[in-house]
Amino acid sequence: MSVTVKYFASLREHVGQAEQQCQVPECGCSASEVWAQLNASLELPSNILVAVNQDYASLDTRINDGDEIAFFPPVTGG
Amino acid sequence: MPVVLQEFEFLPYQRLQEYEEQCRKPGESGAAVTFVGSLRDMHEDFPVDAMTIECYPEMALQEIEKVCDAATKQWQVDDYLIMHRYGKVEPGDALVLVAVWSTHRSQAFDACRYIIHYLKHKAPFWKQEHHGEQSRWLQGNTDDKAVSECHG
Repeated sequence: MSVTVKYFASLREHVGQAEQQCQVPECGCSASEVWAQLNASLELPSNILVAVNQDYASLDTRINDGDEIAFFPPVTGG
Repeated sequence: MPVVLQEFEFLPYQRLQEYEEQCRKPGESGAAVTFVGSLRDMHEDFPVDAMTIECYPEMALQEIEKVCDAATKQWQVDDYLIMHRYGKVEPGDALVLVAVWSTHRSQAFDACRYIIHYLKHKAPFWKQEHHGEQSRWLQGNTDDKAVSECHG
């Protein structure tokens, strides 16, 4: 299945890119498994936040074909 | 009830006046409470020359609208205007405007405070401070204990 993965702020700099279009072999894998597939050499930061299709989600959230997954550090707006 | 993400400088009190004149019905609300957040030139011991605000725009709009929806369910809110900057910002620039209109002041104060608190904790924006060649990402927001204690 095909997914879009986005990274923001310090995590974007850490990963080295803002967005990836990628193929994930299995429907129903979790957000953390997508991270592991794309960033095998990078440990998942403990304070990371996840959104799926612009809604807050968890690392265990199941990913479906066409989803947009975003990984980012704690927010600091306002 | 607009929510606006703005890349370029805005003058909050001018925008507020324009909105009052163009979109608000005179006499409809008895109270208006406004919060304006601006960039300081010093943060703790770090002199700030400029700031970059990064955002996830589609999600930021949705999250701010969710916060405003929650506020309008909890308090009697006649209208609101929310603006948030992103991109390159200089000290003195307005970063965020939260304006709430209500029948009575207590409703407007509470709703305004709730909106800015949850906007800061939910909307996906990230601040990076700059001083000369140095840059640093902020790691977290200051907490508003009064709201946290009231609303969890």
